Amino acid sequence: MCGTCGCGSDNEGPTILKPGEHKHSHEERHHHHGEHSHTHDDDHHHHHDGHSHAHAHSHDHKHKVLEIEQDILNNNALLAARNRGYFEAKHIFALNLVSSPGSGKTSILERTLADLKNEIMFYVIEGDQQTMNDANRIDALQIPVVQINTGKGCHLESDMVYEAVKKLEMKDNSVLMIENVGNLVCPSMFDLGESKRVVIISTTEGEDKPIKYPDMFHTADICIINKIDLLPYVNIDVQKLKEYALKVNPNLEFFEVSATKGDGMEAWYKWLKENLV
Amino acid sequence: MHELSIALGIVKIAEDETAKAKAKKVTKIELEIGVLAGIEIDSLNFVWSSAVQDTVLENAEKEIHVIDGVGKCIDCDTEFAMENIHDCCPNCGSNFKGILKGKELKVKTLEVI
Repeated sequence: MCGTCGCGSDNEGPTILKPGEHKHSHEERHHHHGEHSHTHDDDHHHHHDGHSHAHAHSHDHKHKVLEIEQDILNNNALLAARNRGYFEAKHIFALNLVSSPGSGKTSILERTLADLKNEIMFYVIEGDQQTMNDANRIDALQIPVVQINTGKGCHLESDMVYEAVKKLEMKDNSVLMIENVGNLVCPSMFDLGESKRVVIISTTEGEDKPIKYPDMFHTADICIINKIDLLPYVNIDVQKLKEYALKVNPNLEFFEVSATKGDGMEAWYKWLKENLV
Repeated sequence: MHELSIALGIVKIAEDETAKAKAKKVTKIELEIGVLAGIEIDSLNFVWSSAVQDTVLENAEKEIHVIDGVGKCIDCDTEFAMENIHDCCPNCGSNFKGILKGKELKVKTLEVI
């Protein structure tokens, strides 16, 4: 089974495409975990349950204990550091946008790009399990975009961003928006090399989300509260939401916006521009 | 279900280290997982058998050392036990703290033959 996409077969890894590019039946990204299967002895019995005692030769004196002490996320961290170095060298301000599905990540992105594209050079990486829909929405604004389809995978990892970045050929002094897969749990553990992590929550969600899903709020730098135009109709205490979020992460900075109506977007734009300098 | 990615990360480390040691397979693996690391151990156990199938870890015994959370208050220096990331300092109530323990996610040892 594959880790990045969770698929059962070996030829359905994540696909990384620009709008208009076509998917080939055999992807460039082959999965490598089948590689070692031939090193196993032929007398390997799969029904032996968990213990090496089932094998006669396992009690000989060749047992060796290796002290590994290795961080399991080390691989992801190394490639994230590589991405980050590239962004810093080119003065690219990279944002990792995370939220539950439906909080308005793509709408905030669309509005921001449409309003600022004459002042700032933008690039976009879209992460979704399936479809080119989001990339096509961004492409319609004439912004360079690459779509990563993770298949069954629930989050982006730094190697996917690394591959996507290679396709973008970004100019210096620009902003890279990475829209993660809509999921408030899994993406929190995977550093992509971003400059800042932005968590988006909308007023149609519960105010206790920050303490229900603390990892995401703990690792974020910015919290955008979207759909504030709906406040008269929904039952949410924004002050309480902020208190919960600050309990998890006292350094969080907030922006309250409505991506569809445009309320509050100016403050967010100001912050973006300040960080580009 | 990022636990599957984590399990496959463990498999990769085990495959690499076993090859380096010129060993054939792993008989026992020790992991360290902190309670604040964002991993559900039940979920990890659930995906384990499919993740290790046909790898050096296939029949390995798995031992997980769970590391309890410890925080240190930035305002008053009190060290305290943490069960949740949003736990505040029991002495002064501050939310500003460093996490000293509980974020571990490590392969500690491999016993190979």
